[in-house]
Amino acid sequence: MLEVSALESRYGRIPALKGIDLAVRAGELVALVGANGAGKTTLLRALSGVQRVSGGRVRYEGADITNAPPERRVRLGIVQVPEGRQVFGPLSVEDNLRLGGYTRRAAESASTLERVYAMFPVLRQRRQAPAGTLSGGQQQMLAISRALMARPRLLLLDEPSMGLAPRLVEEIFACVQGLRAADTAIFLVDQNARAALAIADRGYVLETGRIVLAGSGAELLADASVQAAYLGL
Amino acid sequence: MSPQLLQYLLSGLTVGAIYALVALGFSIIYNASNVINFAQGEFVMIGGMTTVSLIAAGLPLALAALLAIAATTLVGLALEKLAVERVRSESVVTLIIITIGASILLRGLASLVWDKNLHALPAFSGERPIALGGATIVPQSLWVVGVTLVVVAALWWFFNRTLHGKAMLATSHNRLAAQLVGISVRRVLLVSFGLSAALGALAGILIAPITFTAWDVGVMLGLKGFAAAVLGGLGSGPGAVIGGLALGLLEALSAGYVSSAYKDVIAFGIMLAVLVLMPGGLLGRRSVERV
Repeated sequence: MLEVSALESRYGRIPALKGIDLAVRAGELVALVGANGAGKTTLLRALSGVQRVSGGRVRYEGADITNAPPERRVRLGIVQVPEGRQVFGPLSVEDNLRLGGYTRRAAESASTLERVYAMFPVLRQRRQAPAGTLSGGQQQMLAISRALMARPRLLLLDEPSMGLAPRLVEEIFACVQGLRAADTAIFLVDQNARAALAIADRGYVLETGRIVLAGSGAELLADASVQAAYLGL
Repeated sequence: MSPQLLQYLLSGLTVGAIYALVALGFSIIYNASNVINFAQGEFVMIGGMTTVSLIAAGLPLALAALLAIAATTLVGLALEKLAVERVRSESVVTLIIITIGASILLRGLASLVWDKNLHALPAFSGERPIALGGATIVPQSLWVVGVTLVVVAALWWFFNRTLHGKAMLATSHNRLAAQLVGISVRRVLLVSFGLSAALGALAGILIAPITFTAWDVGVMLGLKGFAAAVLGGLGSGPGAVIGGLALGLLEALSAGYVSSAYKDVIAFGIMLAVLVLMPGGLLGRRSVERV
């Protein structure tokens, strides 16, 4: 579905991604783990088209989208939930969701909106409230829901559990598994490496802009170097 | 209310409505890009001067005005496409300097295409003053205030009731998130330049029968519109309208009660005082973010 080869990106003269090769297959949940500053967010932004790439290729369903603008990728089904939620604070919850469906037809958006409200009833209760007044957990639900409004076929999740209480983290991860079960491919970046790898089909380990290890979720969880570096064992 | 005061208030509202239209243009572009477009005043000038030329060529007023607004909109779109969009630099200051350059260029071109004389537009519906509670008002003032009301209502509807308008607002609140939901930030920028140019042209056409127009009227009207936008709170639509009306009223009252020689000094002085006390402007954006 998504194939990334030799992808490079830089901030000014400082390289952030130094030749990334990875793939996400249809319906798969792939986790990316790595330390702060390893380039996880940069990689997701490059996949969404909001970070310029300086080399390499991104192919999606056979088409080259390396230089496609972000809005085209959203239309193709690559949708990101950004780090730090990034909701439209002053706009209402419902406006945030409707804007999530900006690339979709009005009728399609209306039916997706009902599905999203059924999934997170609290968003329906608070649909008139400015998004910025929601709690952190509710904002994360809103950020995920906003992405779902675009009917993603590949969902990119950047640190969905960051700053959330453990009970909410469980809820978010359960929701992610539910989405995968509904046949949405997911590329998940999370600081909670153990939880992420536990639900992942496959995983990659990113260190200073390079993929240093790849394998199934279970393999990586059992790997001694991963345990030492990311699982605190 | 004394007839004199009423007279000052009426003329203040008229000129204030014009400032409000120009200020809205500043705010729309600022919201889309954080850029202060110093060519905004030139849109006002091009709107007025083009209408003068088209009427001289024999077109009826309504058609001339519509064509002038369309032509100015094209100038705005061209400015965005040819100058602003080409700059790969993310620096806002660079873009602001480009708009200053564009304003000088447009002014120079105007003095070549037209001339350096003052031009008048005929009033839309006669010159006979209307008596109103002891004061008088020219019919053109009613046109200015009436059209401004309609435009403000239309803009409110666009930004608060349509998905495309909300998408433009969303882009100003969070550019990254807007891109990630599939809003084309480039298109938002282009539309905001076109819309601001149309608003500026409209202001220039409405005011020309009262104050005349010329190749350099954009300098002062642009400055006043910018001051009004800052006074109301840069980036706020209601702020632009309130800032424009407040500046117009301040000017008219100081011209009437003090001296018309000092009207700009007093108006700008009060504006500076407000900004010292409320740096965000009267309706500056307050953050409602909870992190």
